[in-house]
Amino acid sequence: MTLRPARLFLYLILAVFCVYYLLPLYVMLVNSLKPLSEITSGGMMALPGDWTTAAWTNAWSQAQVGVEATGLKPYFMNSFLMVVPAVAIATLMGALNGYVLTKWSFKGATVLFGLILFGCFIPFQIVLIPMARALGFLGLAGTVPGLIFVHIIYGISFSTLYFRNYYAAFPTELVRAAEIDGAGFFTIFWRIMLPNSGPIAVVCVIWLFTNIWNDFLFGASFADYDSQPMTVALNNLVQSSTGVKEYNVHFAGAIMAALPTLLVYIVAGRFFVRGLMSGSVKG
Amino acid sequence: MKYKMMSRLMASAALVCAGASAQAADVEVLHWWTAGGEAAALNVLKEDLSTKGVGWEDMPVAGGGGEAAQTTLKARVASGNPPTAAQLLGMQVREWAQEGALGDLTQAAEAGGWADVVPGALKDFAMYDGKWVAVPVNIHRPNWLWINAAIFEENGLTPPTTWEEFNTVAQTLKDKGITPLAHGGQPWQDATVFDDVVLGIGGADFYRKAIIEADMDALGSDTMVQVFDQMRTLRGFVDDNFSGRDWNLATAMVLNGEAAMQLMGDWAKGEIIRADMVPGEDILCVAAPGTEGSYLFNTDFFAAFDVSDDNRDAQMELASAVMSPSFQEAFNLVKGSIPARTDVSPEKFDACGQKAMKDIVEAEGNGSLLGSLAHGHGQTSAVQRAIFDVVTEHFNSDMSSQDAVEELQIAVESAAM
Amino acid sequence: MARSAPSAAARMRELLPRIVLSPTIALIAIFVYGFIFFTTYLSFSDSRMLPSFGWVGFDNYVKLFQLRTWDIAITNLAIFGTLYIGICCVLGLSLAILLDQKIRAEGFIRTVYLYPMALSFIVTGVAWKWFLDPGIGLESVVQGWGWESFEFNWIKDRDMAIYTIVIAAVWQTSGFVMATFLAGLRGIDSEILHAAEVDGASKFALYRRIVIPQLRPAFLSAFVVLAHMAIKSYDLVVALTNGGPGTATEVPATFMYSYTFTRNQMGVGAASAEIMLLTIAAVIVPYLWSELREPKR
Repeated sequence: MTLRPARLFLYLILAVFCVYYLLPLYVMLVNSLKPLSEITSGGMMALPGDWTTAAWTNAWSQAQVGVEATGLKPYFMNSFLMVVPAVAIATLMGALNGYVLTKWSFKGATVLFGLILFGCFIPFQIVLIPMARALGFLGLAGTVPGLIFVHIIYGISFSTLYFRNYYAAFPTELVRAAEIDGAGFFTIFWRIMLPNSGPIAVVCVIWLFTNIWNDFLFGASFADYDSQPMTVALNNLVQSSTGVKEYNVHFAGAIMAALPTLLVYIVAGRFFVRGLMSGSVKG
Repeated sequence: MKYKMMSRLMASAALVCAGASAQAADVEVLHWWTAGGEAAALNVLKEDLSTKGVGWEDMPVAGGGGEAAQTTLKARVASGNPPTAAQLLGMQVREWAQEGALGDLTQAAEAGGWADVVPGALKDFAMYDGKWVAVPVNIHRPNWLWINAAIFEENGLTPPTTWEEFNTVAQTLKDKGITPLAHGGQPWQDATVFDDVVLGIGGADFYRKAIIEADMDALGSDTMVQVFDQMRTLRGFVDDNFSGRDWNLATAMVLNGEAAMQLMGDWAKGEIIRADMVPGEDILCVAAPGTEGSYLFNTDFFAAFDVSDDNRDAQMELASAVMSPSFQEAFNLVKGSIPARTDVSPEKFDACGQKAMKDIVEAEGNGSLLGSLAHGHGQTSAVQRAIFDVVTEHFNSDMSSQDAVEELQIAVESAAM
Repeated sequence: MARSAPSAAARMRELLPRIVLSPTIALIAIFVYGFIFFTTYLSFSDSRMLPSFGWVGFDNYVKLFQLRTWDIAITNLAIFGTLYIGICCVLGLSLAILLDQKIRAEGFIRTVYLYPMALSFIVTGVAWKWFLDPGIGLESVVQGWGWESFEFNWIKDRDMAIYTIVIAAVWQTSGFVMATFLAGLRGIDSEILHAAEVDGASKFALYRRIVIPQLRPAFLSAFVVLAHMAIKSYDLVVALTNGGPGTATEVPATFMYSYTFTRNQMGVGAASAEIMLLTIAAVIVPYLWSELREPKR
C-alpha cells in the first residue's frame, strides 16, 4: 500500500509522455475535422466548433494533386503495388542471406556481412543520378518494377542484418541434425528456419514497410506519370507553392497517407518488441 | 530462385516499356502546378489537346517552387527517359539547353508566328542557338507592392514611390502599432525584396550590371552598400515572427489588416480574390518603391525535351496549344500573371493585370524589362543561390552592410567558377 | 584442399550457400560500393548540372571548406547528433525501465510511444511547424491559458532553432529506442534479478549495477540506428525550418542536396557527400569491428 503514491507518480510520468507523443497527431486530427475558416481564425488546439468530414472526402477523391482533381485515391494503389512486392522480396532475400551467413558460413562470410551492412548507411541522395542511369540501362526507368528494384536493393542490408542476428541465436544443432536426416539446403530453410522466423519477420516487415511506404525521394525521381506513389501525391497536395493552402485538407490527406503504416504498427506492434527481443538487440 | 524473380521483374518491366512507347501521340508533362486554380487551368490545356488526339500524361512534383521537380527532371534525363515537356524557369531553360538536352520547336514557332508576339526579353530565354527550345506560359511580375487600402486611408497615407517615402510611411505605421511590412523569412522571399531594393535604389542599369552581368565593381559599389542599408531598415519594419513564414500567410496579414504592405509577386492575387477582396481596390497594387517604369519578370516555360521522333508531333501540338491566345488568356486569368504574348486583349483582366500589361510595354520600350533574380531569370542557379545565402544571412543577423557587400563578391565569384 | 576428389554432392553443398548469397553481394557491390566510387570520382570532377568527368583534383574540397554554410552545417550536425543520440538513449532507457514495472495498459502506451516512427515528416512536418510557431503554436496557446509571459520562440531564433529540430527528432525515434531497450530488459534472466533482490540490493543499485550493463548490445544497436538517422536527417530539417532562420539550421544532408540538385554544383555536392560517408564510416566501422570480430554461434 505504501507503494501507491510512487505508482501514481509513475503513471503520471507515463501519461505526460503519452501527451508528448500524441500531440502532433491530435493537432492534425482536430484540424482535419474543421472548416478552413475555423482554422484561420481559431486556435490550433481548439476542438472543432463545427465538426465536418468534408476535408477528408475532399482529400480522398476531389483534391487537386495534379491536372485532374482526383484526390489521393488513385495513388494508394500505386504505393501498394510498389511496397508489397518490395517488402516481400527484400524480406525473403534477407532471410536466405541470414540463413547462409549463420548456418552455412564460409571463410570470409563475416567480412561480406560487414560489407552488406554498410549499405544501411548510404545517403540516398547520392545514389539518385547513378541509379537513374542504371535504371535507364536496364530498361526499368519510370516503371513500378524499377521502383521495386531500387527499394529491394536498399532494403536488403536491413533485412539481412535482422535475420542474421536472429538466426545466430537459433540452435545450429537442429540444422545439422536435419542435414544428417537427409534434408537439403532449401528444405531446411523452408521447413525449419522460416516457420520459426515469425518475430523477426514482423520486425523486418514493419521496418521495410514503413521506410518504403514513406519514401519520397525515390518515388519522385524514378516513378512515371502512372506510377507515382502516395507520398509524391501528398507532397503535391501539401507543397503547392503559389496556391491557397487548405490546411484541413492537407491534414486529412496526411493522416490518410499515414494510415497503412499506423495500422501496421498498431496491429503488429506487440510482436515488435518480442521480435526485437529475439533478434536485433543481441547484436 | 532469386534469379527467377529478378528475371520476371525484368520481363514485366520490358512489357511496361513497350506499352508506353506504343502510344505515340501522348505528351508527358512534368510540372509543379498542383494548386487548385492553376492545375484546373492546365486541365483546360489537357482537354484542348485531347480534341486533337493528343493524350496528356500528368507528372506533377510540387515543392520548393520547383526544386523537387528539378531533381526529378535530372533523374529522368539521366535515365534517358525525359518527359516530353517540363516546366522550367528561364535560366533553367538556358542551362538545360546548354547541356544539349532540349529539342526544337522552331517548326511550331514559325507556323504560329511566335516571334512577332513574344516580348524580346522572353525570347532570349525561349530560344537557344537560333532555335525555339521552350514555350512561355505566362509573365509574372515580382516587383509589386500590395497595400491594404483601408489602413492607408485611415492614416492618411499615400502609396510610396521611392524607398525614402516607403521608410517614412512605414515609420508612421510602426509608431501607430501597425506592422508596416508583412514578410516571410524564406530565402526566396528575402531575395524578392532584395530584387526590389536593388532595382529601386540602383535603377535598371545598375540592376543589369550587378545582378545579370554579376559585375564585381557593381557588386562592391557604394550603391550596393546602400541596398543592404535599406534591407537592414526593412528588417525593422517586419514583425518578430517573420522567420520561416509562408508567403501566403504574410499576404493574409495584409488582407486582415494585421500588416499594411507586402512586397510579393502577382500570384498573391489568388489569395486576395479568395478573401472576397478586389485587387486594385481593397488591396492596392503599385510597383515596388522606385521601380515604376521598370518591370521585373518571371516566366514559366514548358521546355521541350529531346524526345523520340514518334513523340515530336505531339510535342509540337502541345507547344502550339500553349501559345494559343485562348489558353494564354484563360490560364493567366487564373494564375494572376499576364499572357506571354502581347496581342491578348486586357479586357478580362483586373486592374492590376491591366496595369501590368501596360507597364510591360513601356518597360520593354525603355530597356528596363529585366529578369528577376529571385525567380530564376537573373543568374545561373549556382550564383543565384550564392546571392540568396548572403542576402538571407544579412537579413537575419547583425552583419554590417559593408561586410555583406564583401561576402557578396566572394560568394558570387566562388559560385561562378 | 588436401581432400581427394570430393563428390559432386559435397561440392554442391559447399557452393550452394555462396550461390544463394551472390545476388545480394552483386547488388551491393554495384549499387552501394559502385555508386560510392562514382560519387568519389564526381567529387574530383568539374560536374555542375549533370555528371561530367573533367578532373579538377581537390578544388571541390577546397571550395567546400571555404563555404560558411558548410561550417554551419558541420557544427549543427555535431550539436544535433550529440543531443539527439544522447536524449534518445536516456529517454528511451528511462521510459523502458518505467514501462517494465508491470504497468497496466502497457501495450497501449507502447504503441503510443512507438507510432511516430511510422510517420514521415512530410506528414507530421506541418503539425510540428505549427506547434513550434510562436504565433499559433505552443506559445500562443499557453498565453491564451493566462500565462502571459510564457515564451517559446526557438524556431524563430537563430541560436535556438537547431534545438527545435532535436525536439521533433527525439519525438520521432525515442519510442523506437524505448522498444529496443525494453526488448533488452525482457531478455535479461529474471533469476539474476531475484537473487540480487534477495541479497537486499536497492532497486536503483539493481538497475545500475546489473541491468544496465547487460543492455550493452541493445545500446549499440540503438546507437547505430540513431547515428545513421542523425547523419541522414533531411526530411525533418526541410519540413521544420528548411535550413532557416537564415542558414542557422543547415545540416550536411540539406547542404549536399541543395548543392547537387538545386545549385547545379554537383562537384561540391559530391565532395560534401564524401565527407558524410567518411563520417558515417568513422562511426560505423569501429562498431562493426567490435561486433563481428568474435564470430557468434
